[in-house]
Amino acid sequence: MIDVIVIGAGPAGLAGAITCAEYGLKVTVIDEFVRPGGRLIGQLHQEPSGEWWNGIKESTRMHNEAQKLSVDIRCGVSVYNLEKDKDCWNVHTNIGTLIAPYVLVATGAAEFPIPVPGWTLPGVMSIGAAQVMTNVHRVEVGKKGIIIGANILAFAILNELQIAGINVEHIVLPEKSPLSQKAGEPEEVLKSLLNAAHLAPSPILRLGSRFMRNRGFRKLGMKFYPKSGVKVNGTPLQLRKAALEILGKDQVEGVLTAEIDVNGNVIKGTEKIYEADFVCIAGGLYPLAELTAVAGCPFQYVPELGGHVPLHSEKMETPLEGLFVAGNITGIESGKIAMAQGTTAGISIAKHAGKGSTDINKKLEQALKNVHAVRQNAAIQFNPEIANGRRKIYELWEDLYGKEQDSLKEIG
Amino acid sequence: MTRIIDHPVLGKLDDRKKIPFTFDGKVYEAFETETIAAALLANGVRTLRVHEESGTPRGFYCNIGHCMECRVNVNGQANIRACLTVVKENMVVERGKQHPNIVKRMVENL
Repeated sequence: MIDVIVIGAGPAGLAGAITCAEYGLKVTVIDEFVRPGGRLIGQLHQEPSGEWWNGIKESTRMHNEAQKLSVDIRCGVSVYNLEKDKDCWNVHTNIGTLIAPYVLVATGAAEFPIPVPGWTLPGVMSIGAAQVMTNVHRVEVGKKGIIIGANILAFAILNELQIAGINVEHIVLPEKSPLSQKAGEPEEVLKSLLNAAHLAPSPILRLGSRFMRNRGFRKLGMKFYPKSGVKVNGTPLQLRKAALEILGKDQVEGVLTAEIDVNGNVIKGTEKIYEADFVCIAGGLYPLAELTAVAGCPFQYVPELGGHVPLHSEKMETPLEGLFVAGNITGIESGKIAMAQGTTAGISIAKHAGKGSTDINKKLEQALKNVHAVRQNAAIQFNPEIANGRRKIYELWEDLYGKEQDSLKEIG
Repeated sequence: MTRIIDHPVLGKLDDRKKIPFTFDGKVYEAFETETIAAALLANGVRTLRVHEESGTPRGFYCNIGHCMECRVNVNGQANIRACLTVVKENMVVERGKQHPNIVKRMVENL
């Protein structure tokens, strides 16, 4: 018998599994990828303190800890359905149906694809794909690359590619379209980058960020933005260039670009071809929540959290009995937050399962406080309004289910 | 493409066992524990299949199992994701192929 099935062996799933196991629950973790760690294993950056955040080391540490607690971790397992049958959840996978009273869905995030003409050519990949190839598989994605899309994820991974000696020659925007939306508008892109200006891809951006908060200055800044771009560790960030088409016969050979005005409109006659043998499309992240939808969980659209998220409490419960969530499925944030949320979910599950002593409520409170503390100390924030997004979803939960629980208590 | 053996932060990676596998009948070398997509890219192979209808080339896109663009034929089984499947010794991998479009031919012949 399994007590808890954890779907996803990333930072949230592993932290949740470890906590559940510490409370004496029997845990099975399943994951589609070839090794545990989730997207943590691609991460590599220097903290403001100068220390390296090495995702592979972090995931190995958590994997070892889980193994010591006899957590059963199975990789290469895909879940295609999830349904409640009386008191238990049936998790249907490619290795058969797993059954347990508690399920923690920690499926993380996926990348927004931005369709660009020619994007089906071999050699075009999502920016995350390049990260995994470089840091996990240790295979060069190419000799000469172009990134389409300027956002925090793109800069973080650009830095990782540069550390590994991969040559990225340009960062340009996608052409403005109903699909690329704000990612194709220079002024909007600049605005979103300024939120991360303190971690500063370039001294000019850092210096300019104070002035650029004013919309008039921003327009002016974009108008006089250098055509050749501003260098980010040697790679020009060209906010006034858009990718019109990816060119090549059997694989990527280059990108057709053109200059754009401050609003993202293409300036005719400025077309130019950049040679390349690989192209990364960076569209940003959204919560990967399909499994909770299949399970029947209600959803809420919260843009600050990155899109549609399953309704959940701060204690990581969903409205469905026995179903819990943690990590990026609840909103796009760093791996450290995912770990803290995983721990919270683990304690929550243990509490529902009647484990732990009388101090389990205190432990849960501490875990919630820890999530806040980690968020406040985070160097990178994907969305500056994240705290607002979190507040929105917890308030909605209180409105919908908080009272119900109170009245149940009264009846009980 | 070449492999990133010496990484300034992640360190050296040179202790893995080499194993042979075939792709479209040609023998390639992979490292044990790596995926089909990674092994083929390391051997300079980007095209993993052609589109079933149009026949245009496709490679991996997301590299973590979401997009289904990298589906190949493994030991006779079709539609296996190259980015999530670890290469095994003497594994027989073939690219996804173009399929006849019967309906389209029927319309063309009207």
